[in-house]
Amino acid sequence: MKNGLKHSWIASPVTRALGALIIIFVIGLIFNADSAFFKWGTHRDMLRAVSVYGMLACGMTMVIIAGGIDLSVGSILALTAVCFSLFTIHRGINVFIAIVLCLCIGTLCGVCSGAFIARFRIQPFIATLAMMVFARGVAKWVSGGQKISTAVQQADGSYKYVDVPEIFNIINSKILANNITVVTIIFLFCLLISWLLLVKLRYGRYIYAIGGNEEASRLSGVPVSRAKVLAYGLSGLFCAVAGICQAAQELQGDPEAGVAYELSAIAMVVIGGTSLQGGRGSIWLTLIGVLTIGYLEKILSINAVGEDKRLMLTGAIIIAAVLLQRTKK
Amino acid sequence: MLQDDKKNIQLLSMTGICKSFSGVQVLSDAQLELRSGEVHILAGENGAGKSTLIKILAGVHTEYTGTIHVDSKKVNFNSIHDAAAAGISVIHQELSLVPAMSVAENIFLGREKSRFAWLAKAEMIKKASNMLKEIGLDIDVTRELGDYPLSTQQMVEICKALAINCRIIVMDEPTSALTDVEVEKLFTIIAKLKQNGCGIIYITHKMEEIYRIADRISVLRDGKYIGTAPASELNQAKLIQWMVGRELNQQFPRHKPKDGSVALSVKDFTVADPSGKPFPVVSKVSFSVKTGEILGVAGLQGSGNSELLNGIFGTYGTKAKGKIELEGKSYNPATPSHAIANGISLLTNDRKTTGLVLGMNIVHNTTLAALKKFSPGHWLKPAKESQTAEHHKKALNLKAASLSMQVDSLSGGNQQKVAIAKWIETEPKIFFLDEPTRGVDVGAKHEIYELMNKWTSQGIAIVLITSEMPELLAMSDRIIVMHRGKITAEYASADATQEKILQAAMG
Ligand SMILES: Nc1ncnc2c1ncn2[C@@H]1O[C@H](COP(=O)(O)OP(=O)(O)OP(=O)(O)O)[C@@H](O)[C@H]1O
Ligand SMILES: [Mg+2]
Repeated sequence: MKNGLKHSWIASPVTRALGALIIIFVIGLIFNADSAFFKWGTHRDMLRAVSVYGMLACGMTMVIIAGGIDLSVGSILALTAVCFSLFTIHRGINVFIAIVLCLCIGTLCGVCSGAFIARFRIQPFIATLAMMVFARGVAKWVSGGQKISTAVQQADGSYKYVDVPEIFNIINSKILANNITVVTIIFLFCLLISWLLLVKLRYGRYIYAIGGNEEASRLSGVPVSRAKVLAYGLSGLFCAVAGICQAAQELQGDPEAGVAYELSAIAMVVIGGTSLQGGRGSIWLTLIGVLTIGYLEKILSINAVGEDKRLMLTGAIIIAAVLLQRTKK
Repeated sequence: MLQDDKKNIQLLSMTGICKSFSGVQVLSDAQLELRSGEVHILAGENGAGKSTLIKILAGVHTEYTGTIHVDSKKVNFNSIHDAAAAGISVIHQELSLVPAMSVAENIFLGREKSRFAWLAKAEMIKKASNMLKEIGLDIDVTRELGDYPLSTQQMVEICKALAINCRIIVMDEPTSALTDVEVEKLFTIIAKLKQNGCGIIYITHKMEEIYRIADRISVLRDGKYIGTAPASELNQAKLIQWMVGRELNQQFPRHKPKDGSVALSVKDFTVADPSGKPFPVVSKVSFSVKTGEILGVAGLQGSGNSELLNGIFGTYGTKAKGKIELEGKSYNPATPSHAIANGISLLTNDRKTTGLVLGMNIVHNTTLAALKKFSPGHWLKPAKESQTAEHHKKALNLKAASLSMQVDSLSGGNQQKVAIAKWIETEPKIFFLDEPTRGVDVGAKHEIYELMNKWTSQGIAIVLITSEMPELLAMSDRIIVMHRGKITAEYASADATQEKILQAAMG
């Protein structure tokens, strides 16, 4: 019986996912232009670049474990980024209130998708596809199709440049002796919340159970609808957090932001080894997936690989990572 | 007894078979021999390794040590196709069909007739329909398989296995989901196969079945080969001794406590057909159970007995209607979680689709239905969960390498034990047991009967559905019989006989 545990760490998904990350890391050490990999700044910037995606991936992980998928994350990100810029830069609303409003908007979008999926049994793919289109539409409507930036149009049609609110700089700043960015801290915070929910709280267990076998869960008294709405709602909440960060990083709210981000988020979850079938996976696997993609992108940009080859390589890596997960099952 | 030259020759021999899963030895030096024209029973406790041995023969598990000879030729299967090509056909313990596909498509799955797609389809439907008729099943083969009850699905699986003309046929607990009538059909088929010189390996935990059809019996215990003997030379007591390693009390141990008060009373209960047909599956049924009583609900396939319990439990939501009183208070079946909160629990009859979350581990499955108890203020208490699971593991003699094992890598009978543990944790006042001993070995069956006694002595009311007639007769205090959604008879346990019940069940 003890032997059973001897081998289990080799087969565990965490080890496999780490394997992929380590391979990427070693490649980074080999193709180490200007010894960039030996400077912490490189890693810090990678973390900064990947944080917004990572927040989306956190919500995506919960939704996927619950047996669903969320295609609307990129659009909700754009909507909240636009709203946040509008509220703070143009309307001058109190920052705290603006943040709360944006978080509510994001959560509401997620809750709506979740409610349609749980109550009316619309397939997650379709319900969130609809939300993806709808939220993008709202983002364009609210912004009038324009980027919401520090150039504020006056009544007479001329532009006046205003200062960006302090909160933008705070989110963008580096702390702890310039060693880490605030967005990364926010991402880690999202990870922590996801972990608490999935591992430590009752509803997390429900999310796994539903993804594994919805009917058996229902017959065991699991509140299936509520758990689903929770998963999609949290995904929406994290989208809003990501949207606020995105606005701060770009110093504007772009209604076209976040296009295809849902695909990156799904890729990160899947590379980590969480199965799209639901019921299995963990938030730490997603962290590994996020880092894997982050380092991959970083290495390619350090070595000045063109976008064409970058996309081709990323596609290949996704397949390779997923195959690595599957061997010896 | 078989004079024909073609009979009684060796078809298959497996020797020195060893197999381990990530370091845990499951089979060590197992062996099995099969001759033509015989039914060879493979017996053993839950987790003894029977299904694993069969999966090796079927080419499902390809990593093992040992040798397999088919028709005296050494073989080495690398896939299930190799095994099928060698003339081996297997009905696995867990159904391997696709519920969303039609019955005909399922029967020809993997070897579709593909000359001209549309032409072949008509041919397939006709052939499938004929094949099913031959084994006594007259159903619409173009309908989705998932629309049919489990027992029909099982018959389709059997039909599928017979569609390829094979000489070695393995049946891993084929009757665990069948009602008596279908079991008879199956036995007729088996007799025919024997006539044609096929060899049949048959796994079951039902003693009556063993002695009805067995020619020889082989026993495995903890993955080791114990022995083989002709059925006539191995009586039941000795067989159990071989399986369990000790002697076992074989009596049904029902002790009825004193009459209690009415725990559940149901009046004019009707369940509409879940697939929308106009005829209700349960119509205007009335009955009641007292605390401490075991009420048996007999019925053949389609009698609606399972649907009755599911309806009261809230599985169908508002599709089920009627007047229900729980301990005198009126109650409306809304959802399963509502039912559980009101002290009603239902052990469903199909652990794979409605009973367990197969991808979760033993601990998490055990606590799922009573999770609130293990998470005061929403925070889970893993230590308490493990402790509880450990307790049930001991109490139910669960065989598992560790409690963090996923339940889909448990043997069938051990999965059933996990499902039972889950419902014990809900601490019900009224316990619906739909086939509680399905796939469970003799020893554990006895444990479950003892548990039922314990619960009733604590004042729990039990409603029992079981396709095993002796179990029904011995464990129930009162039996109602259903036919096409209606109650056709009621007996006190002393008056009930197998014949009377069957007659009432046929309408
Ligand atoms: N994929 C697997 N991974 C790990 N352990 C496994 C796996 N499959 C089976 N086992 C273990 O092997 C043992 C034998 O299982 P098997 O299914 O062969 O039992 P069985 O004799 O068919 O029992 P039952 O009568 O309950 O069906 C069990 O203890 C089970 O937990
Ligand atoms: Mg088995």
